[in-house]
Amino acid sequence: MIDRRLADLVPPFLFGLVILALWELVVRAAGVPTIILPAPSAIAARFLVSIPTLAADFWQTIKGLLAGYIVGCGSGLVVAILVDRSDFLRRGLLPMGNLVSALPIVGIAPIMVMWFGFDWPSKAAVVVVMTFFPMLVNTVAGLESASPMERDLMKTYGASDWQTLTALRLPAALPFIFNALKVNTTLAMIGAIVAEFFGTPIVGMGFRISTEVGHLGIDMVWATILVAAVTGSAFYGLVAAIERRVTFWHPSFRAKGA
Amino acid sequence: MAVPVKSILPIVTVVLAVLAIWYAAAALMNAPLQRDMYANAGRSDYSTQDLIVASLNMERPKLPGPHQVVAEMVKSIVATAPSSKRSLVYHGLITLEETLIGFVIGAALGIGLAMVIVSVRWLDSSLTPWLVASQTIPIIALAPMIVVILSQFNITGVAPKAAIAAYLSFFPITVGMVKGFRSPEPLQLDLMRTYSASSMQTFGKLRAPASAPYFFASMKIGAAAALVGAIVAEVTKSEDGGLGARLLAGSYYGQTVQIWAALFAAAALSAALVGLIGLVERLAGRRMGFAR
Repeated sequence: MIDRRLADLVPPFLFGLVILALWELVVRAAGVPTIILPAPSAIAARFLVSIPTLAADFWQTIKGLLAGYIVGCGSGLVVAILVDRSDFLRRGLLPMGNLVSALPIVGIAPIMVMWFGFDWPSKAAVVVVMTFFPMLVNTVAGLESASPMERDLMKTYGASDWQTLTALRLPAALPFIFNALKVNTTLAMIGAIVAEFFGTPIVGMGFRISTEVGHLGIDMVWATILVAAVTGSAFYGLVAAIERRVTFWHPSFRAKGA
Repeated sequence: MAVPVKSILPIVTVVLAVLAIWYAAAALMNAPLQRDMYANAGRSDYSTQDLIVASLNMERPKLPGPHQVVAEMVKSIVATAPSSKRSLVYHGLITLEETLIGFVIGAALGIGLAMVIVSVRWLDSSLTPWLVASQTIPIIALAPMIVVILSQFNITGVAPKAAIAAYLSFFPITVGMVKGFRSPEPLQLDLMRTYSASSMQTFGKLRAPASAPYFFASMKIGAAAALVGAIVAEVTKSEDGGLGARLLAGSYYGQTVQIWAALFAAAALSAALVGLIGLVERLAGRRMGFAR
C-alpha cells in the first residue's frame, strides 16, 4: 500500500525535476536576463540568503490568514447550523450565498484596509468575508445530506433535534464541511496576499511581491512565490490529512481494492 | 437560475434585511465622523435625526449608504459619457475585454491540455499531481510579476491583463475538464471497445458529450476566476484603467463611494458572465438531455 503510493509519486517527481533542469538549461544557454526569468539555482541562492526577510513576511501574512480563516470558517459553520433550523432563512440565504461565492470578493480589500488599518486585521477581515460563504453554502448542503431513512431512525429513538444534529446530521455533513475547509485554504491565501497589494506595513508576502516587482528584484519575487506555494500546499495538505483522520468512514477514503 | 416561487418571499426578506443592516451600520460607522465635523464647525444644536441623515450623506463616509452607491453608479454609468475616464462603463468595458480575451484563451488551453492528459498515459501520471497541487497554490501572487515580465517584451495594455486572466482561468478549467472526460463509466467505455471504436471516436461520441455538465461548471468557475485575474492585474498596473484601477484610485484618495460603485460594477459583471453561461447550460442541457 505504502509502496504503491510511493511508486505513484515517482513520475510527477521526475517530471518536476526535468522541468527544473530544462528551465536551468534554457536560462543559461540562451542567456535569459534575470529580470525576465531567473534560473532555479539563482532563485535558490536568493532564497537561502533572504531567509530572515522571507520568514518575517511569512509570519506577517500567516497572522491575518489564520485569524481570518478560523473566524470565517467558524462563523460560516455556526450561521449554517442556525439557518438550518428555519426553512425560510435557508431559502432566502442560499441563493444569496451562491451568488456571492461567484463574485470577485478580493475587491473589498481596499475597503477593509480603510476600516481596519494597514496591519494584519484588515487582511484577516478580507479572508473572513472570502471564506464565510463557501462554508455556509457547503455546510447547509451537508446538513441536508443525511437520508430520510436515517432521520426516521433517529425519530424512532425519540432523539431530540440537538441529538439528531450532533449524532447524525453533523457527522454526515463532515465531507461537505471539509470540502469547504479545503477550498477555503486557497481562498484564504489569495485573500491575504492580494489584500497586501492595497497597503500594508513594510512586511508581508504580498507586500514583498509588489515592491520587489517595483525594483525588478525578480529572483526575490520567485523566492516569495516559492514560500507562498509551499505554504498553500502544506495548509491544504494539513486540512486533507485531518479530513482523512476524521472522515475515515467515507467511501472515498476506504482502502481501494484491499 | 430558475427561482422557485416559494423562495421569492424569503429572498426578498433577506435582501431587505441586508439593506436594513447596511443602513444601520452606515449610520453607526459614520456618526462619529459626522459628529467631529459638527464639532469642527462649532455646531452643537443638531438633533439625532440630523446626525443620522447627515451620516448617510457624507462625501467620504466610512461606509456609504446604499442610495449613495446607487446614485454614484447612476452618475458614472448613465450620466457620464462612456468615453470619459470618469465613466464606469469605460472602465467596465476595459475589464470585460481583458476578462473575455483571457477567458477564451484560458478555456482553449485548458480544454486542450485536458484532452492531452486523458489520451496520453505518461503525461497523465506525471502532470496530474502537479495540476492538483497547483490548485492549492495562490497563483494570483504571480500577477504583478507577469505584468512586469511582459512589459519587458513591450507587451502592454490589454495583453498582460488578459494573460493573467487566462492564467487564472486555465487551471480550474483543466482540472474540471479532466474530470469530465473521465466521467464515462467503465461499462460505457467497454461498450465503445466492443464496437471497436477508435480512441478518436470514443472521445467524440462518448467522452466529449459526457463531459458537458463538467464543461459548464468549469466555464462558470473559469469566467469568475478570469474576472478576478483581470481586476488584480489592473491593480498592479493601474494607469491603463479598468475596474481594478478604479478600486485602487478610490482607495488612494479615500473615495469610498467610488470604491463601492466599482465593486458593484465588478459584481454585476461577474454575475452577468456566470448567468450567461448558466443560460447556455440550460439550453444545451435541454437539447442534450442532461438538464434536471
